[in-house]
Amino acid sequence: MHQSLNVLLFGITRDIAGKSVVPFPLSGMATVSDLLDYLKQAYPPMAGISSLLVAVNGEYAEPATSLTATDEVAIIPPVSGG
Amino acid sequence: MVALTSDPIDLGSAHKYLQSDQAGAINFFLGVVRDNTANRAVDRLEYEAYDRMAISEMQKIADEACRRWTILRYVIIHRTGVLRVGETAVLIGVSTPHRGDSFDACRYVIDTIKQTVPIWKKEVLTDGEVWVNAHP
Repeated sequence: MHQSLNVLLFGITRDIAGKSVVPFPLSGMATVSDLLDYLKQAYPPMAGISSLLVAVNGEYAEPATSLTATDEVAIIPPVSGG
Repeated sequence: MVALTSDPIDLGSAHKYLQSDQAGAINFFLGVVRDNTANRAVDRLEYEAYDRMAISEMQKIADEACRRWTILRYVIIHRTGVLRVGETAVLIGVSTPHRGDSFDACRYVIDTIKQTVPIWKKEVLTDGEVWVNAHP
């Protein structure tokens, strides 16, 4: 079964994609690291960003964390609050 | 208390909130919008946040500060949206029995916010735009 996950983008990643939500096709087991590979391929300028982290359900996630269609997933480019 | 707001930050009400009869010190840090960055003129800063996570990460920082120091009350407020030169982007306020803890806690909170809280600023310069920290 093929599902897709809506991924939230912020800051420079939103500017690069031109939108604040992008779908990530979920087929079988997908991890945080698969998602980042997919985004860097779909949007090559994302590969030039200093670091990209992923938050799953509001918490920073490890590269090996697996993703499911019901997760709230967000891309976190380098933060710059303050 | 921890908050994100698109309205101007009110120092007076933060001060009032921090007052306590046990407090011997109240320390504030205000992060404000500067008119230049690396010798380029700044027109404005545009802040955005991943709201739910920005709040939860700021709360984690506050909780850790309360473990490390004796803190009576604290206020952490970060602005979002468009900010002009001179406006306050972030306010940290801490009341403690003794001054050392209030300085140390305030510094810890702002330094850690800059490392972990999902808030981003774009510098809109008179000659271009830059997402701060995005590129090496």
